[in-house]
Amino acid sequence: MIYRETGQFKTNYASDQQLFPILQDRIFVIAFLVLAFAVVPLVASEYLLRAILVPFLILSLAAIGLNILVGYCGQVSLGTGGFMAIGAYAAYNLAVRIPDLNLLVVFLLAGACATVVGALFGIPSLRIKGFYLAVATLAAQFFIDWMFARIKWFTNDSSSGNVSAPPLDIFGYTFTSPAEKYLLVLVFVCVFALIARNLVRGAIGRSWMATRDMDIAAEVIGIRPLRAKLSAFAVSSFFVGVAGALWAFVYLGSWEPLAFDVNRSFQLLFMVIIGGLGSILGSFLGAAFIVILPLFLNQFPTWLGIPLSTAAISHIEFMVFGALIVFFLIVEPRGLARLWAIGKEKLRLWPFPH
Amino acid sequence: MGATTRNLTIAFFVLLVFGAVSPMLFTDAKFPQWLEVILGGVMSGVLYSLVALGLVLIFKASGVFNFAQGAMVLFAALTLVRLMEKMPFVVALVVTIVVMVALAWLVERLVLRPLVNQEGIVLFMATLGIAYFLDGLGQTLWGSDIYTLHVGMPKEPKILLEGTFEGGILVNMEDAIAAVLAGVMVAVLALFFQKTGTGRALRAVADDHQAAQSIGIPLNRIWVIVWSVSGLVALVAGVIWGSKLGVQFSLQLVALKALPVVILGGFTSIPGAIIGGLIIGLGEKVSEVYLGPLLGGGIENWFAYVLALVFLLFRPEGLFGERHIDRV
Repeated sequence: MIYRETGQFKTNYASDQQLFPILQDRIFVIAFLVLAFAVVPLVASEYLLRAILVPFLILSLAAIGLNILVGYCGQVSLGTGGFMAIGAYAAYNLAVRIPDLNLLVVFLLAGACATVVGALFGIPSLRIKGFYLAVATLAAQFFIDWMFARIKWFTNDSSSGNVSAPPLDIFGYTFTSPAEKYLLVLVFVCVFALIARNLVRGAIGRSWMATRDMDIAAEVIGIRPLRAKLSAFAVSSFFVGVAGALWAFVYLGSWEPLAFDVNRSFQLLFMVIIGGLGSILGSFLGAAFIVILPLFLNQFPTWLGIPLSTAAISHIEFMVFGALIVFFLIVEPRGLARLWAIGKEKLRLWPFPH
Repeated sequence: MGATTRNLTIAFFVLLVFGAVSPMLFTDAKFPQWLEVILGGVMSGVLYSLVALGLVLIFKASGVFNFAQGAMVLFAALTLVRLMEKMPFVVALVVTIVVMVALAWLVERLVLRPLVNQEGIVLFMATLGIAYFLDGLGQTLWGSDIYTLHVGMPKEPKILLEGTFEGGILVNMEDAIAAVLAGVMVAVLALFFQKTGTGRALRAVADDHQAAQSIGIPLNRIWVIVWSVSGLVALVAGVIWGSKLGVQFSLQLVALKALPVVILGGFTSIPGAIIGGLIIGLGEKVSEVYLGPLLGGGIENWFAYVLALVFLLFRPEGLFGERHIDRV
């Protein structure tokens, strides 16, 4: 009864096709955005902003990108970390070599670079499917790792391989405090989430989903596999590339190629699986889960009064991660987003059972 | 196989052979030295095949692409090396085998059974979960230091064919023994698959789960057997790699090299795993030694993957993989 839709008539096409057709959803989303934009920067502690919210938001953006590819188009990729690295290093090179360029443009161009590379490594997907493709994307990951570690031009001939991002200077304003950085990232993530949401419910998103569900059948009804698959790779890599640039510039500040190794790819894949394949909301939920879980596992033994070494905690973290993934796949293959939908359905019927 | 595909495959091999031979023709590399590189490549290729074998076994019998094979190699090697501190080698080996069989049983019970009839990709992700779990478990139980494993293999290299070439060629005896062991393993597995009742049942399950079940083959037991066998293969691979490099976390990364091997050879083919392993091992060594200096070194990390990727463009189902026919 809390979530009652009765009486909300859609009298024209626009109201039928809007992003959030139910009034309660709209109120909730607006309230949530107000909370995120106005209240959180004022209330949250510096630690919360810097160590939890900023990485959470950037990884959500990357997870949305990966979800477009894996969840909507059904092409499994293990090269996400590599595409993030492309975004990060492209942004670095643009910012260092063309210092006058606006950083916003730099981030978008970094995404564009990742798009080109992503589409290039997406070409095999036209011939190879499933597991073969998953392994083929690993080729992208390892090649990109090697490229940034060995080719000195990309790191501006830095002797240690470490590079540092220039200050975040946009329109003459420098973003320094955690709250400012948080707001910058939040704007990016909101805009891109909106774009992603609209893409997946439009014609292009439908062609991705048709390809995912059965590519031969999709081809028969007139969807071009070349266009569908490569556009999914391109869009996904763009998102991931921008996320990589943000991760490097806003969160890390200075970094080495190891920041984007194959474990990052797995981490993002887990976010997408745990959050829910084929759901934008799921990308956020999955990212939140993966970011918060290690912090929780770090604190949990201390609450119980069991002293554990950091090494033991990181090993236990591995175990819990692995077990949770299997658990989620068994109990709810569609992830946290599905649980959210079930919860909404229950609220709609409450207090009646059905 | 269409004529174009066949020609492309042949072209790929011609290129491959050319790539392997070209250092001798165009650089001033000496023949014995080149032979050493080739032999080194073949031997590490055999070891890749060994890890790849475990992958292929599971894929053939249950359609699961087991990403946890690398973690199983590490786990088996860690278990063995830590048990050997407390008991003699033979006892430790037996206990490790029991642990691997128990692991197979647990995987079947806790992961595969609840996920039966799910899509391949869901099962693949489940094995990713298993891989993480095993990594964590292995290191929590047995520690995360580097352990040296002594199983009595000779460490010092031997110089062979001294009479034929000046200076002879240097062969690592450890590698040679490993190669022989791997060969024996493959022969035993081939016999097991072709000649025993269980092997026939395994092949039946691989062909069609439902049909196999309907003629009374117990699917669950078959899965336990397959996972046990690939656990044992993982143990052998772990022992060989472990005594070569020391038992440590990076064994996992070595095991990742088995992935290009299986996609090159085809997921469903045991000979494919062997030949794929040889090609990858050879290509990797030759490229590292002769091409690496031109590109700045360290290309071993990705060369195998790119080689496999290029090959897949010509033959998407790998060398010996079953041709997949899509039906709507």
